[in-house]
This record gives sequence, C-alpha cells and structure tokens, in this order.
Amino acid sequence: MTPLDLTPAPGAAPLRRMVLAQTGAEVRATLRNGEQLLLTLIIPVLLLVGFSAAPLVNVGGGPRVDFITPGVLALAVMSTAFTGQAIATGFERRYGVLKRLGATPLSRTGLMLSKTLAVIAVEVFQVVVISAVALALGWRPAGSPAAALLLILLGTAAFSGLGLLMAGTLRAEATLAGANLVYLVLLGCGGVVFPLSVFPDSVEPLLELLPITALTGGLRSVLSDGTGLPLGAVLVLAAWAVLTLGLASRTFRWE
Amino acid sequence: MESPAVEISDLVKRYGRTTAIDGLTLSAARGAVTAILGPNGAGKTSTIEICEGFRKPDGGSVRVLGLTPERPELRARVGVMLQAGGVPPAARCGEWLRLMSRFHAAPLDPAALLERLGLTEHARTPYRRMSGGQQQRVSLAAAVVGRPELVFLDEPTAGLDPQARHACWELVGDLRAAGVAVVLTTHHMDEAEKLSDRVVIIDHGRVVAEGTPASLTGAERQLRFRARPGLALDELLTALPAGSAAKESPSGHYIIEGQVAPELLATVTAWCAAEGVTADDLSIERRTLEDVFLELTGRELR
Repeated sequence: MTPLDLTPAPGAAPLRRMVLAQTGAEVRATLRNGEQLLLTLIIPVLLLVGFSAAPLVNVGGGPRVDFITPGVLALAVMSTAFTGQAIATGFERRYGVLKRLGATPLSRTGLMLSKTLAVIAVEVFQVVVISAVALALGWRPAGSPAAALLLILLGTAAFSGLGLLMAGTLRAEATLAGANLVYLVLLGCGGVVFPLSVFPDSVEPLLELLPITALTGGLRSVLSDGTGLPLGAVLVLAAWAVLTLGLASRTFRWE
Repeated sequence: MESPAVEISDLVKRYGRTTAIDGLTLSAARGAVTAILGPNGAGKTSTIEICEGFRKPDGGSVRVLGLTPERPELRARVGVMLQAGGVPPAARCGEWLRLMSRFHAAPLDPAALLERLGLTEHARTPYRRMSGGQQQRVSLAAAVVGRPELVFLDEPTAGLDPQARHACWELVGDLRAAGVAVVLTTHHMDEAEKLSDRVVIIDHGRVVAEGTPASLTGAERQLRFRARPGLALDELLTALPAGSAAKESPSGHYIIEGQVAPELLATVTAWCAAEGVTADDLSIERRTLEDVFLELTGRELR
C-alpha cells in the first residue's frame, strides 16, 4: 500500500488554481448532463434549423435565418445563464454541495467567479455551434461584434441574477419546475422565434421590458439590421442585472 | 502557549424555542482524538457545525486553533466531513477528490488516498451509484486530502460495514500519530473507547461527563455470567460484601458490581452451586463506556 504522509501541511492553493479547478468541474458537469445539453444546445439548434427552413412564422422581409439566428443566440444565453444555472445551483444547495464547498479554501467570491466563468465557457461553445449551423443555412450577420458581445454579457448577468435568485431561495424541485416554466414562457413571448407583432398592441410595451425581449431585440437590431448599440436594450438588461443580482446577493441561502 | 485545537465555553444555540446547546464547555487538545458522544438530539452536530463556521452561536465563545470559527484562513487548516451529503450525485468520486485536492497548497495524492480507503476501483463511479459506506469514505477522504491540522468528522462510521469501519479507525489512528487533532461525533461506544484520547458525553446540550475512556469507565470491575433467568439475587446479596450490587439485565444475564476480589468470585460460584445452576461465560470485566453512557443519559428512546 502506498504510504500516506498525513503530517499537517495546511495551506490554500492560489486563487487562480482554485477557480480554474472549480470552473472545469462546473463545465464538465454541464456538458455531461443530458437534460442540460438538450436545453443549451439541442433545442436551440432544432429551433434554428426548423424555423429557418420552414415558413412557420411570418418574419417580414429578408431571409428567415437572419431573423431567427439572433433569437436563438439569445435563447442559448438564457438556457445556460438562467435555466441551467438555476437548476444546477438549486440542487447543489439541496445536496449540501454549496455547504461543503464553503468549508474549503475556495471563497464564496471564488465560487461565484467560477460559476460565471463556466457559464461563459459554455456560452462560447453554444455561440460557435449555433453560428456555424446558421452560417451553413445562409446567415449573413451584419453589425458590430463588440456590440453583440456586450449585449450577450449584459444578458448573461441579468439571467444569472434571475437564476441565482430562484436557486438561493426556493426548494430545488420548485427551482427545477419554475426555471423550466420561465424558460418556456420567455421562449414564447420574448420575440425569440415569433416576432412581437403577433401579440396585441396593448401588451407589446410590457413584453419589451422582459430581459429575453431586450436581448433578442438588441441582438437582432445589431446582427440583422446592422445598427449601433441599441441603448434601450442595454438599459433594460442592465436594470435587470442590477436588480436580480442585488436581490440574489441579499437573499441567497447557502444551505 | 499554543491554543487548544478547539476551545468552547458556555456555548448556547437556540432554534426557535428549543435550546439545542445550553451552556456547553469543552476543549479538544491538538494532536489528540476527542470523541463527542451523545444520544440523538443531544447537540453534537450543532456543536460541530458551529466549530466549522456553518452556524452562528447565540452565546458563549468558540475558538478553533485559537481563532473564531468564521475566519477564512481556517478553511485551509481544518478538514470537514459532514454527516451527510456534500458531494454532487453525478460527480465521479476520483474527480471530486482531485477537485478538493486542488484547493490546497500541498495536498495528499488523491489516487493514494483512494487506494488507502479501498476506493480505487470506484474512482470513475458517480457518487449516487456508490453504497452508503463508499459514500462515507469519499467524504472522509475529502476531509483529509488537504493535510489539515484539525479534522471534524460528524459520525464518520455511520452505515459502514465492519471492514470499512476498521479502515476508518485506522486512518483516524494514523492522523493522530501524524499530529493531527481529530474531533468526531459517534453513537458507537466501542468506537469512542478504542479511538479517543478523550471522551465528552453530552446530553440536552450540556456536558454530562468527560475524561479518558479509562477514567470514565472507572477502576470498578464487574463480574458477569449467564444462567437461567429469574434467580433470587437478594439471597446472594446478603452473602456478598457490603457495597456490592447485583442485577439481572437483560433476562438471564447477571452483573455483580463491587470489590471484585477472589472471595467475591468464590461466593458467587458457591451460591450458584447451592442454587443448582451452572454459570456460563463467567467473566470479570471493566464497566464499558456503554454502561456509563446509559447511566448518564437514561434508557428511554428518543
């Protein structure tokens, strides 16, 4: 048997190493989880292919893929930053994983940093796959990539805040049900595949205030119409981010 | 002088109207094994979790390695095994242990630790597919992988089969030999008796007895034997020296307490002969920790 030297040699690893290790574990867990993969990759790609190919909805002038792709990118961000993160974190809380990690040298700040980096890593993977499929379907993106990137980062912050707010306060099962429900509702009425014009004029202004609508609309105006940074969308997303992250940090229960 | 591994004085913890810990004072030495014994609901886990920084006390003071429990630098110096959970169900145990090791500056080799605990062949098994005993060993491994100065083990052998329990005991013995302080909770008297340098028995959130296992069980010895149930012990008592006690517990098992000397043995065997009974499994033993425990905490179930 290999001898073990149990003599105390305590010490924390450098923050960078701890955060990278935790980020790797989170990314592995996401990519290995079948339901997560369905939500983050398979559904968005199917919607992209389906709605680009078949004239299911009237998207106005222009190629359908140019209308659909920004919506699907927004959906991908929501599925990872909100739905996936809420469910995973809710169950980590329930199984005492957050508690156990709290007894390691990885600080809460380090853990939140790792979660954010893991979300961004998965999003990079999603954007690459979705863009490749869209380009193959004839997508011709316009506009500034920097503006699109800023919108995606703001959307990530807003959706993460919303996800952590649920995960930190509700029971794990309630988070699971709630996060899936919110995902479906936002998918349906956030302009992802159906333009907002299909809704009555009276509710349209309200729908404009949803984070998914802001992200979808913002990405669409940058990538399809080639406009500069849409300030309205930026403001809506920033407001959601400040509100939800602020509330989550006050109410999050680790156990 | 170096501070003790754990020093608790007048600790109070309430949950709503129930007082879980009610003025508890104890200390655990560095490099020694301290067992906290107590019935369910005695306050063992609350005490440990306050030391681990998971819960805030309502009164009293707690010092862990001389520091207040919430100090972040303790996280690297203290190893923790929760009573249950703490591992993602889908995580493979080898990966989980490697992750835990990466949080530390000079960790043990995770593979060697897995081998030591008989988990090598399960390294790629998801945590949820492991047996309860295997899961316990993963949690134990995670508590020691960072080479801590102090480890808290909350019921480390609950649900373990005898082999795994001995492996755990051996590891605790080796930790102690390497100078690590161990504070553990347990219901198993034999575990406390075998493993610990010091035993603290708590009940209703207070310390009811503490000392080395030997000092708790006392110098007093017992004569035990088995025979048919219902012997008239009163008669025997009159023949025994003053201060002796005799009882039948459970039925058919007799315990004679007192100055266990050759004369006492002779008296008892003579009495058995006169009664026409054969005393089986006649033995002279020390009081066990279990006897002390039941005496102090009562026999009622809770």
